[in-house]
Amino acid sequence: MFVAIVVVLLVIGSLIFHFASPWWFTPIASNWNMIDTTVDITFWVTGIVFVLLNLFLAWCVLNFRHKKGRKAHYEPENKKLEIWLTGITTVGVVAMLAPGLIVWGDVVTVPDDAMEVEAVGQQWHWTFRYPGNDGDFGDVDPRLISVANPFGMDPDDPAGADDVLVYSPEMHLPIDRPVKVLLRSKDVLHNFAVPQFRTKMDLVPGMVTYQWFIPTVEGSYEIMCEELCGMAHHTMRGEVVVEQQADFEDWLGSYPTYAEVLARAEPDAEAGKMSYMACAACHGQNGEGNPALNAPKLTGLDSWYLKRQLQHYKSGVRGSDPADALGMQMRGMAMTLVNEAAIDNVVAYIGTLPDVPVVATIEGNVDRGRDLYQTCVNCHGAQGQGIWAMNAPRAAGMSDWYTANQLRNFRDGLRGANPDDRYGRQMAQMAQMLNEEAEINDLVAYMNTLGQTQLADANAGRRFE
Amino acid sequence: MAYVAIADRDHEHELHDPHTFITKYVWSQDHKVIAIQYSLTAIFVGVIALLLSGMMRLQLAFPDSFSFIAPQDYYQFVTIHGMIMVIYLLTALFLGGFGNYLIPLMCGSRDMVFPFMNMLSYWVYLLSVIILLTSFFVPGGPTGAGWTLYPPQAVMQGTPGSSWGIILMLVSLGVFIVAFTMGGLNYVTTVLQARCKGMTLMRMPLSVWGIFIATILGLLAFPALLVSAIMMTLDATIGTSFFMPAVLEAGMQNDHEGGSPILFQHLFWFFGHPEVYIVALPAFGLVSDILACHARKNIFGYRQMVWAIVAIGGLSFIVWAHHMYVSGMDPYFGFFFATTTLIIAVPTAIKVYNWVLTLYEGDIHLRVPMLFCIGFIFTFIHGGLTGLFLGNVVVDLPLSDTYFVVGHFHMVMGVSPVLVVFAAIYHWYPKITGKMYNETMGKWHFWFTFLGAYSIYLPMHYLGILGVPRRYFSYGPTEFIPESAQAMNVGITYSALFVAAAQILFFVNMFMSLRGKKSDPNPWGATTLEWRTPQHPPKHGNWGPSLPTVYRWAYDYSVPGAAKDFISQDEPAAPGAEGFDPEHPNG
Repeated sequence: MFVAIVVVLLVIGSLIFHFASPWWFTPIASNWNMIDTTVDITFWVTGIVFVLLNLFLAWCVLNFRHKKGRKAHYEPENKKLEIWLTGITTVGVVAMLAPGLIVWGDVVTVPDDAMEVEAVGQQWHWTFRYPGNDGDFGDVDPRLISVANPFGMDPDDPAGADDVLVYSPEMHLPIDRPVKVLLRSKDVLHNFAVPQFRTKMDLVPGMVTYQWFIPTVEGSYEIMCEELCGMAHHTMRGEVVVEQQADFEDWLGSYPTYAEVLARAEPDAEAGKMSYMACAACHGQNGEGNPALNAPKLTGLDSWYLKRQLQHYKSGVRGSDPADALGMQMRGMAMTLVNEAAIDNVVAYIGTLPDVPVVATIEGNVDRGRDLYQTCVNCHGAQGQGIWAMNAPRAAGMSDWYTANQLRNFRDGLRGANPDDRYGRQMAQMAQMLNEEAEINDLVAYMNTLGQTQLADANAGRRFE
Repeated sequence: MAYVAIADRDHEHELHDPHTFITKYVWSQDHKVIAIQYSLTAIFVGVIALLLSGMMRLQLAFPDSFSFIAPQDYYQFVTIHGMIMVIYLLTALFLGGFGNYLIPLMCGSRDMVFPFMNMLSYWVYLLSVIILLTSFFVPGGPTGAGWTLYPPQAVMQGTPGSSWGIILMLVSLGVFIVAFTMGGLNYVTTVLQARCKGMTLMRMPLSVWGIFIATILGLLAFPALLVSAIMMTLDATIGTSFFMPAVLEAGMQNDHEGGSPILFQHLFWFFGHPEVYIVALPAFGLVSDILACHARKNIFGYRQMVWAIVAIGGLSFIVWAHHMYVSGMDPYFGFFFATTTLIIAVPTAIKVYNWVLTLYEGDIHLRVPMLFCIGFIFTFIHGGLTGLFLGNVVVDLPLSDTYFVVGHFHMVMGVSPVLVVFAAIYHWYPKITGKMYNETMGKWHFWFTFLGAYSIYLPMHYLGILGVPRRYFSYGPTEFIPESAQAMNVGITYSALFVAAAQILFFVNMFMSLRGKKSDPNPWGATTLEWRTPQHPPKHGNWGPSLPTVYRWAYDYSVPGAAKDFISQDEPAAPGAEGFDPEHPNG
């Protein structure tokens, strides 16, 4: 008897939970209202069946539970009832399936006027490519991917020259225009999902997949990777910004075409030497760093990383948080680099300086540090040498006190908290695992043991683009 | 020479009773001992998988609070938890455990047709378990590729255990499939060849039907997994490119060219979907028999139940790509697979109706096995209905890869079959041990497990509707996920830990009751043959000097005019109490 009451209570409780819980679909921001309608239909049909069947179950248990003298009714079959039940079930199934298939017909039919965008997934980042004025994407080949050509563009395909390359996990779309997102992966399976758009599709290396939708609400939405893609899967986030056509065009214009990337002038290390004089006061003549002035070693860092950080300082992505006094100081210095070319030049000059070994200043439990480093190894490399494809800078052989400070900053929200610091955000999420002070020292102490000579080899030919 | 049925050659068959401890309990060829070996091993690894899920729940509720759960650990727990639960626990327990114990007893056979191979099957299964567990102790640990082991990531840097772990996983699966095949051929052959006189196919208890069809599914589906495991092993070791395209691995170009990751997914799910029914069909069968017995009523619509099992088994081979709606396969496949998937809902729904209609006008004894059966019907209705969301391609689109999926499949092939496992263990415990379990403890075990499990999985569906993705180590700052979702995660974790702890009641009950009071040879008044063995619990050879003869179906409960409220299958027809015979449905 108790069990019958509980079944009834569970049915009522489930209904209350369904209607009262605050968790429902995010407000829709695309044309796929029909998908929500099919979900609603399914909820109604299955909800009615759920309630009726369970109430009947409870009623049977209540009514026919054992009592002295009760005898069960012997009825092996009832053809008529069985046919009726089969029929009703079939009707219910058709009521859900038919609208579902009709809407699916729309999902697989991309409008002819849809604009195309390519979303490229890699462990654990997004980048984007727009086809340019000709509307055609140039050929790509994973064999051509390198630091200088992260999209793997084929230089011999003329269609690629005007492709706009967005090497940043941020995509913009004009509002109210159908868009077909072509999906390509450089390494493993990923999935492009924006909950507010309702659609999603896997990225499969070796082929191009797609999905389409019309963004209907201005705003910015998070792109989630929803296909397990390795240990940092949960940090693979991107952003899609839906805006008016004019804003979209402005944004797109701020990114270079492939032809412009190719035509870029070689950085001038000599010119960079002049700018470096300002840096040398703290970071040392040879970029060796100076702990007394809180200036870390610069030599040995990948040029793409130095450049990104200088740009971040200049634009205020880094060094704007008053709690990060040292960062604010650096920001002031970075402002003296007038433009991108100046940054390129100084970075090029730093690349010519000799990579001298550093003196370890931090001690800790190396064994525990090794275990902790297993989380870092996939991006920063087995020797802490950094892996450009992962957007992960060199971690070993640098100023260890600085590394420890930055880990603390990442963990505590002084770095990586700015929404425009997209790579920093990922590191901030990872740094959450360091929940004891000692763990930071252990980790850095282990990184200090990674061989410097091997480091030099691993970086040979990589440091310069 | 004309074929003579095994049941008619029983006198030729000399029984070699084992005499030493080793041949009786270790290298045993007795199906009952092998069943217990299989079950204990499966439950042992199941407990490991349960502990792993506890660790996952700790991380999800309290992210980054435990230094022993880093992202790579979490994904390893996810993977091994799933793999153990689906393959090494449920498949092994339903077929190797219940299949082994019940088929010969319910069919009136002396043993499995190939006892030596049956013994080998268990030991090879044990080997596969050992290989799997070994992967916890190799460099890099076990694979963290998710239980679906999708390439390329399963064998690439960036995934935990991509060097040693994945190879051990694939080898373990291969060894498991060898074990399953030896067992499976036995079950099928025994059902087809070794039934006693009168036990026609249409008189078999539904437990045997469920296990029989599930085994056939396994024999047809596991080879797809075996070849994909071999192909992936070759990709990982000697550099073939079955599944591996040219990609970047940790920033370096790999040496592969032209492989198809989606090919693996097709092979995997060609196995993986029937696998769902390999677990579900035995559960369907067992629950039917237990329900009928404790409701003192014939199963409603027996013939329809048999055909539903066969139809579900057949259809389960043409629905696999509903796991791949957003995999990047040709989206036009969606039309076909959504249709076949929703068609399968019809025979499944019929089974649910018939279970409930079996209770209708019954004489329901609310003993522990019956409570678990009612719990099963409730969770299976819930899990089955949410399947209609995910099977319908367009409805799947927003829900795929979210917690809705996690909630659905745990309800339908985690909680539901496990409730049946408990129902079956309590139901057959007196037969297997000769002792009676503690009813009170059993009831508490039911309430904690049933209510606890529902409070874990119901809210998960709503996290999924919100859009919370599955297989995330932590969510970090994510705009569309409100704080309340994290609060829910904490609640789910408390429920999960509570349900896990409640299983102690079960184990205590099982162990303590071994020294408890003796049970009747047929305490429930069941009709099926296993309750009619001359010794209790049954000895080697099952039936003493001569095999039983069957005169009726397995559901003659409360036959009008009969003296008792059940008539065993081996009782000859009594005038005035004619039951239904599905062999001659029209009399």
